[in-house]
Amino acid sequence: MTSSPAASHVASPRPPRLVCPAGSLRALTLAIDAGADAVYIGLKDATNARNFAGLNFDIAQAREGIAHAHALGREVLMALNTFADAHAPQRWWRAVDAAAGLGVDALICADTAVLAYARDHHPQLRLHLSVQASATTWEAIEFYRERYGIRRAVLPRVLTLAQVEQLCRHSSVEIEVFGFGSLCVMVEGRCALSSYVTGQSPNTAGVCSPPSAVRWTDGADGVDARLNGVLIDRYAPDEARGYPTLCKGRFDVEGTRDYALEEPTSLNTLSLLPRLTAMGVAAIKIEGRQRSPAYVEQVTRVWRAAIDACAAQPARFSVQPQWTTTLGRWSEGQQHTLGAYDRPWR
Amino acid sequence: MTTRISLTVGPVLYYWPRRTLLDFYADVADSAADTVVLGEVVCARRHEMRHDDWLALARELAACGKEVVLASQVLLESDADLRGMRRLAQQDAFRVEAGDASALRALAGRPFVLGPHINIYSEPALREHARLGAVRWVAPVELGLDALAQINPPQAPVQGGPAADTPIATEVFAFGRLPLAFSARCFTARHLHLNKDECAFRCIEHPDGLQLNTGDGTPFLALNGIQTQSAAQHCLIGDAAALRRAGVSRARLSPGAHHFGTVIDLFERVYNGDADAHDAAATLAALSLPGGLVNGFAHRRAGLERPPA
Repeated sequence: MTSSPAASHVASPRPPRLVCPAGSLRALTLAIDAGADAVYIGLKDATNARNFAGLNFDIAQAREGIAHAHALGREVLMALNTFADAHAPQRWWRAVDAAAGLGVDALICADTAVLAYARDHHPQLRLHLSVQASATTWEAIEFYRERYGIRRAVLPRVLTLAQVEQLCRHSSVEIEVFGFGSLCVMVEGRCALSSYVTGQSPNTAGVCSPPSAVRWTDGADGVDARLNGVLIDRYAPDEARGYPTLCKGRFDVEGTRDYALEEPTSLNTLSLLPRLTAMGVAAIKIEGRQRSPAYVEQVTRVWRAAIDACAAQPARFSVQPQWTTTLGRWSEGQQHTLGAYDRPWR
Repeated sequence: MTTRISLTVGPVLYYWPRRTLLDFYADVADSAADTVVLGEVVCARRHEMRHDDWLALARELAACGKEVVLASQVLLESDADLRGMRRLAQQDAFRVEAGDASALRALAGRPFVLGPHINIYSEPALREHARLGAVRWVAPVELGLDALAQINPPQAPVQGGPAADTPIATEVFAFGRLPLAFSARCFTARHLHLNKDECAFRCIEHPDGLQLNTGDGTPFLALNGIQTQSAAQHCLIGDAAALRRAGVSRARLSPGAHHFGTVIDLFERVYNGDADAHDAAATLAALSLPGGLVNGFAHRRAGLERPPA
């Protein structure tokens, strides 16, 4: 058997760093002020996986946000986690240059071409492996460490807690896991469903089920939500409607109409915090750069309180009802789940 | 005289009974296919064929003159998954197709094939992987042919192999239900209200996957365990000239349960003979393969778009 690299076993694990999303300067400021250890941001183009209209940072906004975070001793990470376009990879190199010039604390990348550019041109820049790189094993993470010097890897949301623990034991880089937010049921970086339907995918354009492809139509049977003409869901007149992300639609399989892939749910691992801390998880990521500044502020506040409580008295940690209430307000589908970490379906 | 477009029979993505699988490969052995990719790439729980069974089959096909490639699993989660990948990487009788970055690490320094789920979207990315020793590249399915020509230019192909002196061959997914997504979750088991670990291997009942229709009855996707596919058959039989212009030298035909011998034969006669592509496409359409034919991805459009009539 191939031996794993020397894993660092920490006697008394550090509390995980809280990494929060910021789709705007306002969200960044609120996240920092609510206690985020780091925020992650993207530029206003297809170089990041939340390439939505009205979202993200231009250079001046990024500079202002970074100054605010750094003044309070916090970090700003920049997501450059789409795959450089075959026709114009230079746009990704320029984004790496811009991030380095801005003095971000790390880049979050998935593409080997982008990682190689950063390594070769900005060797001082800290690199994190994005969830979009789909690294689900310690050997995959080692591949990126050996070749590109990544210092942290964000795990795809597909592993069980036991598998995360196993991976933490073998990994020689920091491990970041998702703690809260919308749940991708597919392995990140390995899903072309959106481009199959709309021509645009997370890998190629930084979008999934883009709003420009959505059409709502009223009919006798209710309201149809279509994505580039494909019927994703049909709602009864009095039924609550969700955004037609295509894997969260209701479809027909062998005569049964149901959420055939995934029900709209949110990931919430608050109750796992003591275990995640004990296994040495370095950082917990909150999903949602596309969400409102109010979401960012309130979710950050809850997680800050929870991480602090867990660090103070891990053995007596319990999820406070008001935390659950607050997070529940911001959950897609108003549901909580431990997601793949728990796997009730396994 | 045009250069040959080699035909690769991709790995069987479905769970077929052992007898069915061996009969299928007996037919492939007699077909015009140049290369056969073997192995279970979707679900580690499937067990009709074990490692040694695949190797035995590989030797038989090699004896029939086929180039055989062994593919590694795409989504590795457990230690057992990693061990399975290393077993493939450690044998040296057959070339291996990498399914993920763990396999890239294990295969570095030897000639190997980059599978379609390794995310290579630009020439610099292909160069990164060429440095590992890759000699062949199966492009991600969502890439257009124009992008393939940018990534591995026909006039100046990226050099790969352990000595960096082998022009990398571009292979394109040219026929079959498109492998679009992977999940930790098994959608076949979910549909049947079964837990993944107690799935009873029911995907064996769906030799072309389990079709998913939209609410208005349109075939949309196919569930194949943890993999989600297009319901439609991606079909580039009418695109031979565009393939050649893009520097594509190999076409992957992804196995289906019915008429696959006819599919290989039609592609051979159109790509490497003088059969008419329109007639062949009409013949393919008349086979009533599930889901109809699409080719949008090749033309930089939504994958579900159909070729112009």
